[in-house]
Amino acid sequence: MAFRLTQGTFSFLPDLSDEEIAAQIDYAIANGYALNLEYTNDPHPKNFLWEMWNLPWFEETDAKVVLEEVQKCRIAHETQYIRLNAYDARYGRQTTALSFIIHRPARELGFDLTRQQGTDRVTRYRIASRRADAMIDTNL
Amino acid sequence: MNGRDNAKHRWAAGVTPYAQMGYWQPDYKPLPTDVLCLFRIVPQEGVEPEEAAAAVAGESSTATWTVVWTDRLTAHEHYQAKAYHVAAVPGSDQYLAYVAYAIDLFEEGSIANLTSSIIGNVFSFKALKSLRLEDMRIPLPYVKTFLGPPHGIVMEREYLDKYGRPLLGATVKPKLGLSARNYARVVYEALRGGLDFTKDDENINSQPFMRWRDRFLFAMEAVNQAVARSGEIKGHYLNVTAATMEDMYERADFAREIGSPIIMIDLTVGYTAIQSMARWARQNGLLLHLHRAGHGTFTRQKTHGISFRVLAKWMRLAGVDHLHAGTVVGKLEGDPHIVSGYYQTLRGMRYDADPAIGLYFEQDWGSMPQVMPVASGGIHAGQMHLLLHYLGEDVIFQFGGGTIGHPEGIAAGATANRVALEAMIQARNEGRDFFNEGPDILARAARFSPALKTALDIWRDVSFDFASTDTPDMVPTPNW
Repeated sequence: MAFRLTQGTFSFLPDLSDEEIAAQIDYAIANGYALNLEYTNDPHPKNFLWEMWNLPWFEETDAKVVLEEVQKCRIAHETQYIRLNAYDARYGRQTTALSFIIHRPARELGFDLTRQQGTDRVTRYRIASRRADAMIDTNL
Repeated sequence: MNGRDNAKHRWAAGVTPYAQMGYWQPDYKPLPTDVLCLFRIVPQEGVEPEEAAAAVAGESSTATWTVVWTDRLTAHEHYQAKAYHVAAVPGSDQYLAYVAYAIDLFEEGSIANLTSSIIGNVFSFKALKSLRLEDMRIPLPYVKTFLGPPHGIVMEREYLDKYGRPLLGATVKPKLGLSARNYARVVYEALRGGLDFTKDDENINSQPFMRWRDRFLFAMEAVNQAVARSGEIKGHYLNVTAATMEDMYERADFAREIGSPIIMIDLTVGYTAIQSMARWARQNGLLLHLHRAGHGTFTRQKTHGISFRVLAKWMRLAGVDHLHAGTVVGKLEGDPHIVSGYYQTLRGMRYDADPAIGLYFEQDWGSMPQVMPVASGGIHAGQMHLLLHYLGEDVIFQFGGGTIGHPEGIAAGATANRVALEAMIQARNEGRDFFNEGPDILARAARFSPALKTALDIWRDVSFDFASTDTPDMVPTPNW
């Protein structure tokens, strides 16, 4: 079975069409969330620092403008993962409100799980992105 | 109660009604720093409701059954609790009694002390047929003496990197008897199928059929495999409930050492143990899940015990990240309005009294983190629109039977739940009337998800439609 990265709010649905993405952008704008795009070639579960395509659009109220940036980002980073984030800056929240993948590489590589046997039957796990430049140790 | 004659009477040796000893003060204006309690009381025949309320105030603060001169060595008027309002509940023998307590009566940051004071012995008091603690207002200065949830909802989401939707979980079934290897099979299938969490049940501790250390090790193999196959952070609530704190610390330390993101405890360990484990969870960076095992023995009946909303408030102060709080639509007790009050208690930051959902007092939590409510017990994918409508987005939906009972296997059951959830969130964000269009939204999602189609086909008509025993006293007046 081919690997599919299931991070993000909508990864168990078929990839969203541009029209469907626009509907989610409208939802974010209506709630006053600031949108931004991020991309990475290292989708390790602990890598929350994807590269920023833009500073969050705090003022943008037109879904079309955001969608145009989505297209530009896809062209520029075709082989990488791209996600659209909506940020909620309200007091008491101040965190991401919605985040979903809007572009995937044609072939998703997945992760390697390696084990190191310790004493007392304890196993140390290491999960690494299948990318030469992204071997990151993990201990969830 | 002022003046020399009254004062003289107040201190005459013998038995004086509580109301005349200063515990009934209908003119008292509660201070912003007072702890306020609302009790539902049913007095014995012949006992006036004001006297009954005063007795509750007295017995939960300074009083004993007879006058003691040693009260006069203290600033007793300060330490006495004051019953300041009583209201009859129409059509019943019940009264709602409001009592104010000075903040000085309580030790900073101690649920054990708070509860020993408020519910210490008054619930056995003979002058009352029954007594229920319905709600409390904890003043912000007292709230601030508690550390609260080790992480809270915002930090949990950032830790898990999961936003914009409820989280999904499942409790491993059968509750008892699985070996560690079989147990971990369930964990693996459920997580790889799409759940965020799996969970030990409350009575899975360390029994002869599966010792805790074996379960922990096998479960973490399952968790790590599921993480590698999905690229998502996932976890299994490892239940560290045990006979002693030493045992619990040993198990929790081991859970941390092998990389679990979360541990769980049962309510049965007691309030002090819960606060100790909250401290441990904060120090060690693990999420802390609390299973409310046993609460139904004292929360369910309307006329005696403690409302769950009070327990939820205590647990937010004590400091847990997750707490089971009802499903509305599942198999366990839960009127929609009452459950809504529990969720407000766990997630609200500052809110007014709202008797229609059982909240009799305002509450200001300051900046205390929120507890993630957990909805568990007899729920399935076909109810997703109802669950989202009633419970909102910051909640964990736990489908045990609704995952493991799927005819095509556990992973298919998990996938069905995840697809149903994401489809419902998408529809909600698109502005659709998901409460009414829910079945249609699910049916459309089932076109691309055979697992969801199967789940809907077998569970479509399952509902648990029984009257709740615990319901609000007041209903909103309709606006015509």
